[in-house]
Amino acid sequence: MNKDAPVIKVSHVGRAFGSKLVLDDISLQVEKAETFGILGPSGSGKTTLVKMLTGIDETSSGEIHVLGVKMPKLAMLQQIGYMAQSDALYTELSAKENLEFFASLYGLKGEHRTRRIKAVMELVNLEEHLRKGVAQYSGGMKRRLSLAIALLHEPPLLILDEPTVGIDPVLRLSIWNELRALNKKGTTIVLTTHVMDEAEKCDRLAMIRDGKLLAVDTPDGLLQATGSASIEEAFLYYGGVRS
Amino acid sequence: MRIRAITLRILQQFIHDKRTMALMFIAPLLVLSLMSLVFNGDDYKPVIGVSGQAVKLSASLESHDAKVKEYATAELGTDAVSEGTIDALLTLNGTTPQMVLEGSNPTANRAVMMVLEKTSQELLPSSGIKIQPEISYLYGSADMKTIDRFGPIMIGVFVFFFVFLIAGVSFLRERTTGTLERLLSTPLKRWEIVLGYVCGFGIFTVFQALLISWFSIQVLGILMTGSFGYVLLMTLLLSMTALTLGTLLSAFAANELQMIQFIPLIIVPQIFLSGLFPMDTLPLWLQRVGLATPLYYGADALMNIMIRGKGWSDIALDVYVLIGFTLLFMTLNVLALRKHRKM
Repeated sequence: MNKDAPVIKVSHVGRAFGSKLVLDDISLQVEKAETFGILGPSGSGKTTLVKMLTGIDETSSGEIHVLGVKMPKLAMLQQIGYMAQSDALYTELSAKENLEFFASLYGLKGEHRTRRIKAVMELVNLEEHLRKGVAQYSGGMKRRLSLAIALLHEPPLLILDEPTVGIDPVLRLSIWNELRALNKKGTTIVLTTHVMDEAEKCDRLAMIRDGKLLAVDTPDGLLQATGSASIEEAFLYYGGVRS
Repeated sequence: MRIRAITLRILQQFIHDKRTMALMFIAPLLVLSLMSLVFNGDDYKPVIGVSGQAVKLSASLESHDAKVKEYATAELGTDAVSEGTIDALLTLNGTTPQMVLEGSNPTANRAVMMVLEKTSQELLPSSGIKIQPEISYLYGSADMKTIDRFGPIMIGVFVFFFVFLIAGVSFLRERTTGTLERLLSTPLKRWEIVLGYVCGFGIFTVFQALLISWFSIQVLGILMTGSFGYVLLMTLLLSMTALTLGTLLSAFAANELQMIQFIPLIIVPQIFLSGLFPMDTLPLWLQRVGLATPLYYGADALMNIMIRGKGWSDIALDVYVLIGFTLLFMTLNVLALRKHRKM
């Protein structure tokens, strides 16, 4: 694979559930080591797109390539760290047991597994709560644990569905710092959000509305092209609501 | 006002959940129909074999509502009793009637004894046959209690019921809490999930099978003439079938309540058709339905082991059928998971 080839290449992708078209002719590319934001209101098709990127769902038309491989492909799931919108945790188990379980699914063993668990828990600032039952975790803690699980197997591509929902501003900042650090190490990050100020932190943004791709550019590029003062205004501009 | 709002909301929820609504109305009808078929079935007509001089009693036995089969020799008749084709064999040794009962079914025992009593009373004045029949039991005994008959079946029923529900709900919760989607975003294969469940619950059910078998035999004192190992094997196989069926059906339930709704549909009919009540009095089509239920085979084998003390050759078919059911349900479950991830 060419070093400069895009990590994700989405070409003319559509997804229909029955007769309802949820995504319509989406084309975009995600470059290596960037943070790529997918911005859109709820119900716009963000999660559907993310599920197709991770290979859980299939496209109805068009193609998706991840790291040069046509999706869906089971082997590629080892290369992807995924954090779902809902905290998919076993609340009956402790954080440690959850981490060990998912680490094993990704084939991490013994010493390496213990080291990775320690590393990711430090990253999300939960190391003192490692042995606590997940049922006792607060909403924000669960979100961070989900993120920790997604980072366990050091995937080159991280796909995060609404990663900072329910996390307070201080912690959100620290998570963003971590994401930046991961970028520097060469990890590509795709995340969805409907929070506009968070979108500004992404390297590049895709705006989605009603299953259609409105624009893809850097936050600054979007502001200039639309003559807007904020991402929110730019989004309204593309959505056809001009003030 | 608030009460009205709540009432309205509940009604609306029912209207949206057509399945729950249908179940509330249709399930009781189904269970009641089954019960009426089982309990209003014709009175049990015992099948009595006769051989040798006893053949002359055929007409009299038949007039008292027994089905009579004639055998050329007493040996052939005894074989028929042990195979369960007839409930009892009547022979005459000189003037003393000898009756060998199959014995494992108290209902059949009672019916045979009733016919014998009536026949004796009728023949007493005329025939000169000494009416003090010698009675023996091939399996079980005259004091075999109803629980001895029901025991082996109920072991099967309880194992099946609880494993079905717990496994089903726990698999369902994977879906509703989003952990299933999370699992499917890892390189885990679909069959690995299914097999993982079988192994995880398998270990759990070994202990369950041990406990239930031990408790029934040692504490409840249910008649047990066969090998404990075989009892364990059968309860374990029933658990596996229940586990795989439960996880499979959980794919068709949206929440825990809908999982519970499978009890009257899947569990209760199986109990009625498992041999708890004589199957012979049921309509033929219903007997055939019974043959398609896992519990029937488990109960059959458990009765053979515990009441009749039989060994491998008599339970082998049941073992193979239950393994077959388990493999079928597992395969279907792997296919059902395609709904969530195609690869």
